[in-house]
Amino acid sequence: MEFAHILFLAFAALAVVAAFNVILQRNPIYSAIGLIVVLCSLATLFLTLNAQFISAMQIIVYAGAIMVLFVFVIMLLNVRSEEARTDKQKYLKFLAAPLFLALLAEVIAVVRYVNLTPQPLPSANNAGDPSTVLGTVENIAHGMFTNYVIPFEAASVLILMAIVGSMLLARREKPEEIARIEKALTRQQEEEISKEEVAA
Amino acid sequence: MVPLSWYLALSAVLFTIGVVGVLIQRNVIALFMCIELMLNAVNLSLIAFSRLHNDVTGQLFVFIVMAVAAAEAAVGLAIIISLFRNRETLNVDEADLLKL
Amino acid sequence: MSSLLNSIDLQYVIGALVKIAIFWIFIMLVVAYTVYAERRVLAVIQNRLGPNRVGWQGLLQPFADLLKFIFKEDIIPLAVNKWLYILAPIIVLIPAMMVLIVYPFGPEVPLPFGDVISQTINDLTAKIGLNWNVDLRTINLYVTNMNVGLLYVFALTSLGIYGIVVGGWASNSKYSLLGGLRSSAQMISYELALSLSVVAVLIQAGTLDLTKIVAQQSGWFGMKWNIFQPPLFLPCIIAFTIYLISAIAETNRVPFDLPEAETELVAGFHTEYSSLKFALFFMAEYVNMMTVSVLATTLFLGGWNGPGVEQFPWLGVFWFLAKVFFFLFLYIWLRGTLPRFRYDQLMNFGWKVLLPAALFNIVLASVIGVLFL
Repeated sequence: MEFAHILFLAFAALAVVAAFNVILQRNPIYSAIGLIVVLCSLATLFLTLNAQFISAMQIIVYAGAIMVLFVFVIMLLNVRSEEARTDKQKYLKFLAAPLFLALLAEVIAVVRYVNLTPQPLPSANNAGDPSTVLGTVENIAHGMFTNYVIPFEAASVLILMAIVGSMLLARREKPEEIARIEKALTRQQEEEISKEEVAA
Repeated sequence: MVPLSWYLALSAVLFTIGVVGVLIQRNVIALFMCIELMLNAVNLSLIAFSRLHNDVTGQLFVFIVMAVAAAEAAVGLAIIISLFRNRETLNVDEADLLKL
Repeated sequence: MSSLLNSIDLQYVIGALVKIAIFWIFIMLVVAYTVYAERRVLAVIQNRLGPNRVGWQGLLQPFADLLKFIFKEDIIPLAVNKWLYILAPIIVLIPAMMVLIVYPFGPEVPLPFGDVISQTINDLTAKIGLNWNVDLRTINLYVTNMNVGLLYVFALTSLGIYGIVVGGWASNSKYSLLGGLRSSAQMISYELALSLSVVAVLIQAGTLDLTKIVAQQSGWFGMKWNIFQPPLFLPCIIAFTIYLISAIAETNRVPFDLPEAETELVAGFHTEYSSLKFALFFMAEYVNMMTVSVLATTLFLGGWNGPGVEQFPWLGVFWFLAKVFFFLFLYIWLRGTLPRFRYDQLMNFGWKVLLPAALFNIVLASVIGVLFL
């Protein structure tokens, strides 16, 4: 038992408990807080895997931006607890037990029979050139702007499209347009009524 | 060193919790969060393999996944807001008509 | 069990803990006296006296305030969401305090009686069987240097927002909720400009490690600061301006204090808080002010660099603190001078002026960087 093991077990337990919190809570704001805890404990686990840049990005992008957006929307829509759940596919619950046993078997098998332990790496602070150490900013940048520059650019185009798309979706219709649509709807209704009168 | 299999097991457990969440939650926002949970579980195993092979590709992949998740969250939440404006509900079972 | 002990670098851990404790007490003192200074300076600006009764010139006022906060009744209103209500001030303060481990307070300095102290520690540990090899003749005035230091700071400051939002939501009061919503919208908007403005400095420095950023600004008798250093001094000056404005908005200070605008929202997100819980929010605000001031000093004004630091390393600490206190004074000065923005003005300014300016600045900095660096 080393200190690294205790660290892993503590944060893994925290992540699993918080993940259960995400799926079992009825109030979305508790789910959101559970997910934030999962993200932060995963960020810590990333640190133990020599991924310091990704760990910081996990907090900045996931916890600091995406989840703030979630919490913001939950508060904006003022969602309180959810109504009673409707069960549309009742027979599915009989599949749950065998699938759970399969998962358990898989986890036990992975822990028992997969024998892979990473080799220790040098510390980024002691290395002369940080770009040779896995996970430093220099290392990530070398990979991203040489071999993987096309995926990187594709991701930026994707984000641009997301900006435009979300603006288009969340925008309210202009007042004139709403008035025009309402006028068209009332005219349609009037026509239907007059048709019914004629038929009568 | 912590064996790699521990990370993989944790990743599998988190992913499964995410799947179960998608099946049992009926609130759109909570469903969305379960999807984020699954993405994170996959990220964990990508980073674990990146560490095993001492190769940065896995971490770059995680970075791209994060960018995609951010874009997805922006568009998804915009859809949720417009859904709420039209239906006054966030229950996915209520949103099963193909018209407004 | 013994393998557990062997796997921990006890010498490193204890050294780091001692440093953290010293820095923490120091930061707490600075925060306490910033509050006092704010009240005195505002009083001067507004032609009043300010607190001058407790101790000489009121210098013990912070401790009197602390006692007052402790002995006030701790009210938890009935309608609040109890767990989140208690959790919120903690979420605000802890990330704000965690940032201090990357502050570069000064250069590598010689410790007075360093050889005697390290000899004593080595002898003592040799007696109980631990063979430490402590060398305290020179010490680094930071707890740790990280390869991702700047990102670490940004990550933690972006977490503090949850405390405000959750506190506003859990209070179950319309003023708190509005304050929390405003605060989250404002902080998301200005965080973009803030982090984009820093890119000019990063192009100059070529690293995210705060200690290295400071170290590469030394020279020119301590005046080779990033805002003076060619070739990128022009983008750095623009970045400095953008950074200052958005940092004020990030810390919810006047003229961007919409989340706690007392004429509209009573006290904003902390309306329902009292006693020590309120004190935690209050402290977190000042710790955050300190953080953005330290970052501004480190990134733009050369950190601990100043005239005479090469000869007398301890002078670096003085220069560092002088620059930080200048920024803290600037905050107080602005509070005494400027009126509050309107909400739509705030949003328009952030998205339509600061963000495009920051983006333009990145283009400018990268063009200059490619041509001359």
